[in-house]
Amino acid sequence: MPLAPDLAAEARRQLTICNACRYCEGYCATFQVLELRPRLSDGDISVVGNVCHDCRGCYQACMFAPPHEFAINIPLLLSQVRTETYATYAWPSALATLFGRAATGSAIAAAVGLIVMAGISLATGGGARFFAADAAPGSFYRIVPYFGMVIPAMLLSLYALLSFGMSAAAFSRDARIRLTELFAPRALVSIARDALTLHWMSGGGYGCYYPEKEKTSETRRAFHVLLVAGFISAFLSTTVAAIYQELLGVLPPYGMTSLPVILGMAGGAAMIVGATGLLALKVGAAGELISRTMLRMDVAFLVVFDLVSITGMALLFLRDTPLMGTLLLAHFAALAALYATIPYGKFAHVVYRLLTLLETRRDVVAPPVAAARRQGASGPA
Amino acid sequence: MSAPAGADVVVVGGGNAALCAALTARESGASVILLERSSEWDRGGNSKHTRNIRCARDGTSAATRYGAEEFLGDLRSVTGDALDSELARYLIAQSREVGEWMEAQGVRWQPALRGTLQLDRTNRFFLGGGKALVNTYYARAAATGVTVSYEQRVERFVFDGERVTSVVASLPDGTRREIPCRAVVVASGGFEANIEWLRRYWGSAVDNYRIRGTPHNDGNVLQTLLEAGAETRGTERGFHAIAVDARAPRFDGGIVTRVDSIPFGIVVNSQGERFYDEGEEIWPKRYATWGGLIARQPDQLACSIFDSKAWGGFIPCMHTPYRADTVKELAEMLHLPAAPVVATVERFNAAAHDHGTYDMAQRDGRSTRDLPLPKSNWALTLDTPPFYAYPLRPGITFTYLGVGIDGYGHVRRGNGCVFPNLFAAGEVMSGNILLKGYLAGIGMTIGTVFGRLAGREAARAARA
Repeated sequence: MPLAPDLAAEARRQLTICNACRYCEGYCATFQVLELRPRLSDGDISVVGNVCHDCRGCYQACMFAPPHEFAINIPLLLSQVRTETYATYAWPSALATLFGRAATGSAIAAAVGLIVMAGISLATGGGARFFAADAAPGSFYRIVPYFGMVIPAMLLSLYALLSFGMSAAAFSRDARIRLTELFAPRALVSIARDALTLHWMSGGGYGCYYPEKEKTSETRRAFHVLLVAGFISAFLSTTVAAIYQELLGVLPPYGMTSLPVILGMAGGAAMIVGATGLLALKVGAAGELISRTMLRMDVAFLVVFDLVSITGMALLFLRDTPLMGTLLLAHFAALAALYATIPYGKFAHVVYRLLTLLETRRDVVAPPVAAARRQGASGPA
Repeated sequence: MSAPAGADVVVVGGGNAALCAALTARESGASVILLERSSEWDRGGNSKHTRNIRCARDGTSAATRYGAEEFLGDLRSVTGDALDSELARYLIAQSREVGEWMEAQGVRWQPALRGTLQLDRTNRFFLGGGKALVNTYYARAAATGVTVSYEQRVERFVFDGERVTSVVASLPDGTRREIPCRAVVVASGGFEANIEWLRRYWGSAVDNYRIRGTPHNDGNVLQTLLEAGAETRGTERGFHAIAVDARAPRFDGGIVTRVDSIPFGIVVNSQGERFYDEGEEIWPKRYATWGGLIARQPDQLACSIFDSKAWGGFIPCMHTPYRADTVKELAEMLHLPAAPVVATVERFNAAAHDHGTYDMAQRDGRSTRDLPLPKSNWALTLDTPPFYAYPLRPGITFTYLGVGIDGYGHVRRGNGCVFPNLFAAGEVMSGNILLKGYLAGIGMTIGTVFGRLAGREAARAARA
């Protein structure tokens, strides 16, 4: 599937200059992957774009950055390539337009989610108990019954998996990424490690040019690691809760020192700190280095993450009060905004990142400079 | 915040040598104003196009050691014996130490880039290249209290006898600013971007030159020094030039317009004739050769022609090569006389019979036979379409003309004395050491070592 012709032409123009220069090779794998794909098919451009973690080191180092007539702005270009990649490979393609309307999409999803869940609540008699303080086991299910929670969540999750599966298959075909390599244990370990540590977000090994324009910092990477860790912790909390309920027959709410609650609280707190921190960095960072669509997508995604976490935490602390019903529905509305937009918002970056991390495995490209030094690899000295 | 009216040390220039001088003078306790000609976005002169510095180093084995004698030998092999050997020895001895100081300023290193591995022993690469280096120094200047002023065109120095007492600069709004000072470091580069100055020696040919670096190096400060009686070093006609794509911009095309394909095929001039042995030298020495060769051809134009066998063997330049299924069509695309080009290729092919093993990694001795002008290595026939060509122009990197300095960095006067509080560093004095030819990374060594020397001595002179 082709990228937009104007963007592909501009990408070829800029990346051909980069390939003739190669001064930025030490920053990250983007330029190394570029050297391995000099023909720059649309698929190659997409791979290069999705390898970039937006550390902005190359922009700071570029003697051809605007207002130079070559006008090289790789962070902006590759953020455009990424948004274009998400839209190009969206499944079904008719919904690709949602990528440009992240805030609207999230708001509609939240509203629909709220209406559906309120409807289920009313239809199952939850309305009568809505403002009653209730701390007994199963209290949540007296507002919205279990099936009313599980079935929408399952449907949306399965849909997201299907959509991403279709996108990943089409992207890998155009990008000449061999998916079978994914199943090698070493590749999986490498990808998991690079994804969880956000290895390539450290630029040359010293961090990103966030929040300051002229100074590297690991702040952004730290916030992002927190966000991912929080998400995983919250997911584990849900999984453990399901085990408690289905296997042990213990109904929620669970005690403040129970495993699901501890995992949930830790995850929620980490997500609030991570998402809020990233939001502040995004808003404060240089706007000329990122596609407007990407920025809007980022902001919408982070706000939704914050809303999910904040409503979840509030629900936890106020679950014994008459506000529980209201907070439960608010939490579901936020979750709807998150789940329903998964295939058509910033969450999509996870798919393309994981696939392109296969292209930047340690045995294919050299690690960032500082990391290489820490590992004792030979450098100049 | 208003800029201070004067300073102990005024540094003229904004590239590597100027920054090293400013930082070192500041370290020595002097107040410093740095006057950069360009605006902030294109600060850093030609240093922003560099990527490594040549450094002597002790090593435990021949594979890691780059001794002072070897370094000096390399320098003499490109530039001859007319260099100031006392300054050259100082340069080389100091080059061993500067890395540590650079790191202390925040400079970060990276392994040698791919395709430049043969420099790993002799050169150290800065992470991200010269602009990243320059940014680091400017950040350090801000942190240590060096006052940096942009868009300052230094017009003249005010002397009291042999001492400089102030520097006069013109500003973009047309006003002038006089800055009182106790010492001055000039690190303002050469005059390679001054087309009219080059025209004095080269006539209308200069209209076909490309200037690879900053358009700001017009040499006006060098001119001022020479008029004030500074001794000259280096020949005024000397410049370093490489082959660049003819489509390169007039100024500031940097590394990405460099054409790397020459030894992979043949080079013809605008008459369709070969004019030099394309197989004479392996990288990197051939770079220095071809700029001058093309500058002496009719119309200052040449074309590197190769066939599809060569594709992928070199780093392509930013411009796409012309491409055609026959040599004749290719010549027509390039507006070259087709018949002579075809005849040249046929004569070359007849002489380039396949004998010996083709090996681009070394001089393979695979020479043409019985050609008046041989291609002495890598002589493969041009027979596999499509055929490709890059149009070539001379790309001027820097000029050699500069001022003489003594062992403390003082600018020498014609009468055998020196200016006691006027110092020079970088390209403006590189003619003391480099009179012709080039060694990768030597410009940055000269700028860093003599920038540091000039900064230290200027601070000392300011205290006197």
